[in-house]
Amino acid sequence: MILVVLISLMFLGGVLAWLSENLDPRFPRLVALTSVILILLISLPLLGADTGSIWWAEFNASWLPRFGISFHFAADGLSVLMIVLTVFLGLMAIGSAWDEITERPGFFYFNLLWTLAGVLGVFTALDLFLFFFFWEVMLIPMYFIIAIWGHENKNYAAMKFFIFTQVTGMMMLVSILVLAFFHSQQYGFYSFDYVDLLNVELEPVLAMWVMLGFFIGFSTKLPTVPFHSWLPDAHSQAPTAGSVILAGVLLKTGAYGLIRFAVPLFPEASATFAPIAMTLAVVSILYCAKVAFAQDDIKRLIAYTSVSHMGFVMLGVYAWNEQALQGAVMTMLAHGLSAAALFMLAGGLQHRIHTRNMSEMGGFWKAVPRMAVVALFFSIAALGMPGLGNFIGEFLALLGAFQANIPLTVLAALGLIFASVYSLWVIQKVFHGEFSTTAFDATKLVDLNRREMVYFAAMMLGLIWMGMYPQSFLDMSAGSLQNMMTHAGEGLAALVRN
Amino acid sequence: MMSLGDLIPLIPLLLVTGTAVIVMLMIGIRRNYVLTAALSMVGFLATIIAALLQFNAPAAQITPLLIIDQYTLFFTIVVCALALCISIFSFPYLFNLNDSREEYYLLLVVATIGAVVMVSSNHFVSVILGLETLSMALYGMVAYPLHSKESAKYPLEASVKYLVLSAVASGFILFGMALVYAQTGTLAFASLSDGSGLSDGISIVALLLISAGMAFKLSLAPFHIWTPDVYEGSPLPATAYLATVGKAAMFVILLRYFASAEAFEFEAVLTVFELIAVLSIIAGNLLALMQENLKRILAYSSIAHMGYLLIALIAAYGADGSLSIEAVTFYLLAYVVMSLGAFGVASVVSSSEKEFDVVADYRGLFWRAPWLAAIFTAMLLSLAGIPLTIGFIGKFYIFLAGVEAEMWYLLAALIIGSGIGLYYYLRIVYRMLTPASEEIPFRVAGIESLSSYAVLALLVVILLVLGVYPAPVMTLIETISALI
Repeated sequence: MILVVLISLMFLGGVLAWLSENLDPRFPRLVALTSVILILLISLPLLGADTGSIWWAEFNASWLPRFGISFHFAADGLSVLMIVLTVFLGLMAIGSAWDEITERPGFFYFNLLWTLAGVLGVFTALDLFLFFFFWEVMLIPMYFIIAIWGHENKNYAAMKFFIFTQVTGMMMLVSILVLAFFHSQQYGFYSFDYVDLLNVELEPVLAMWVMLGFFIGFSTKLPTVPFHSWLPDAHSQAPTAGSVILAGVLLKTGAYGLIRFAVPLFPEASATFAPIAMTLAVVSILYCAKVAFAQDDIKRLIAYTSVSHMGFVMLGVYAWNEQALQGAVMTMLAHGLSAAALFMLAGGLQHRIHTRNMSEMGGFWKAVPRMAVVALFFSIAALGMPGLGNFIGEFLALLGAFQANIPLTVLAALGLIFASVYSLWVIQKVFHGEFSTTAFDATKLVDLNRREMVYFAAMMLGLIWMGMYPQSFLDMSAGSLQNMMTHAGEGLAALVRN
Repeated sequence: MMSLGDLIPLIPLLLVTGTAVIVMLMIGIRRNYVLTAALSMVGFLATIIAALLQFNAPAAQITPLLIIDQYTLFFTIVVCALALCISIFSFPYLFNLNDSREEYYLLLVVATIGAVVMVSSNHFVSVILGLETLSMALYGMVAYPLHSKESAKYPLEASVKYLVLSAVASGFILFGMALVYAQTGTLAFASLSDGSGLSDGISIVALLLISAGMAFKLSLAPFHIWTPDVYEGSPLPATAYLATVGKAAMFVILLRYFASAEAFEFEAVLTVFELIAVLSIIAGNLLALMQENLKRILAYSSIAHMGYLLIALIAAYGADGSLSIEAVTFYLLAYVVMSLGAFGVASVVSSSEKEFDVVADYRGLFWRAPWLAAIFTAMLLSLAGIPLTIGFIGKFYIFLAGVEAEMWYLLAALIIGSGIGLYYYLRIVYRMLTPASEEIPFRVAGIESLSSYAVLALLVVILLVLGVYPAPVMTLIETISALI
């Protein structure tokens, strides 16, 4: 029930925020903030809800009995971690939009909260129809966020984002329907329930195609080369809060889908496909790190590094052993925080000096020392400094992948070196060197204010906690990951070792 | 022999016909725009109520020509509800027309008689009777604002084009019917399936001729050339009528015809239909991409939607059970709701004096008229098949029917087509979001448009409710589809 409450509160908060604009244009952000804090408070008890059973919280009600579709929400450790991450980053997003969004704030916060509601639905839906429903529901508000409050090329970026995710989403829909159809063939009735569909058996060739439908859907959202090209556009054109949500949580829905659905539903096909998926992951890591290095636009750069880091998640998922999966989950959490923070910094810079072009920046350390320190912190977090969350995630992912495929893991590890190069490159370009004010008004370049420091500090604490005491997170997800591994068959891990 | 009791199932049809007679006499006695419009609306409403009351009566075959079962009644209700909504939209639209305005409603009612006959027919003779009644009235409706100087740009051209091409299509259907008759000696759909001689080359020719004629009326590619021109030239409510009632009634015939004739047993017919479906989806969506005129976009998108519907129809061949008929029925319902909504929005801001049918006219609508823009966005997203709307559930049905029949190529076409479709629907949405550079003088809604807004609000409610909780309608459609 708590899950339904969370999602409905998010929808309701969005509507209230929109309506409150009529009273005063400052109200929407207050309403949004209050409702997200409320939701965070409600969701925190979930962290301790481990009852020993698979699902820590569950809700099931009939929806479309004709096709065996139900409102089936359930959360295990993995989902709970993702829920908390989503709500936490929702709070950060509201913080980053606080001063930036002055135009039509009501509709903005409406869209922001509805996107979050869709994401929460994705992380908790156990009925595949319901899952797809939320998968699509989160797109439209995100489209509006990019298309209305985005930057110079917003129409193109929003359209590209929508078409990429929607078309691949339809492929996934066909796959879901094939599963449901074969369930009706084998068991005599339609069902879209995850637990039922785990038992469907498909011929190997068909299973491969159906798995690919899921894989393409999820790896577009993740994203992986070759489905990644929407992401740099969407990220760089979106307003800061939009980028935070995109990088922080929307990408994670793709990773979550791979872990929860793509592999457990098709263990054999995934095992056969694993080498290809891991190769794509390595290509993403190396290629996008290289491309990131070539960017002048700071937001595009961070966007490409996101694709690169998500490569580790993909690598970990398809290595499919406990360490690798734990690493993937940790990377999802840590990257959620670090990428969100970096986008907030880039957005903050753009808000102040109206440019994202790094060649027009330089020597900012003196002008904005607090911002520089914060940026340095998150950059070294992103490059995988031991003691911070990202290191734990990527290290575990590589450790697990090493047991599955040595050559690919060796190549993927090179990504860590590239990450240091581009991360330090950004710091050097923006904060060191000559201070030149030809391109912007230097008086606008002010340091982080107290409000901004508060939410950067919150994210720093999170990363340090993940890096210093990762066990608290690993314990949460361990149960659900083991459970999925047994579902996918003990043999899969062995099969992957190729 | 027919007794008076046999007429009871015909009451809905008789009511519409009666309405036509009354409206005609009324115009003869005294011209009054408000009264004429009100009379025809009351007629439609009475028909809907009569059909609802009769809904649980047993199915009845009235003469060999008409079948009155729940499926017929369902679509009678749909058709009359559409006609009712369109007459409401027409009322403000024609309010200032500098010509006689009353006969428009007469044409509308007569067209609806044709549509009701079409959805009730399971015999070729009633098909032709209904079809021609509908088409004849539509020629008039398309050309209606002819004498008004400032009015719609090309009503005469549209009407003549529609007349000529539609007549050719009817010719095809009649020729095909003649061949069927020569083969089987009967014109009833039901006797086609008895293996009564439909087996050789002539039968295939006959089936294809009939199908070509029907494809013309449904504007399926490659018989679609007339559609954008006629849509663009007609006054908006007439376009809406053509796009919703005209298509829905025709598709019901196609469905009954194929369900009884088992035409897909012929490999050739199946192949032709698959080709038509793919062509319609691809051509419709591609041609819509570059259009600047809203009516033309909706025309091409309707071509694509007819292609989607055809996939569900073809799925009847591969899938067992009534799922494909359910899919067709649900999607038809979804299609008429969202098309009517989209045309309705254009219609409330337009009038017979000035139509706002260029996409650029809707610039910044989100900030000028948020509710109207929200309604329009909902309709467009539904046409694009986005969740929370009825269009998504409809697409879900079609996908499911296609998966059951294992028609992977058609599904691929559906995915590609929908992907392209997103672009032109979103383009309109985006235009509505961009701030307007200058104020565009939309017609200020007067008291006469209030009911139009009410209809739009109702349509949006239907769109969302059936998009989120379609279970009751699903059950209803499952029941009535089992009858076919």
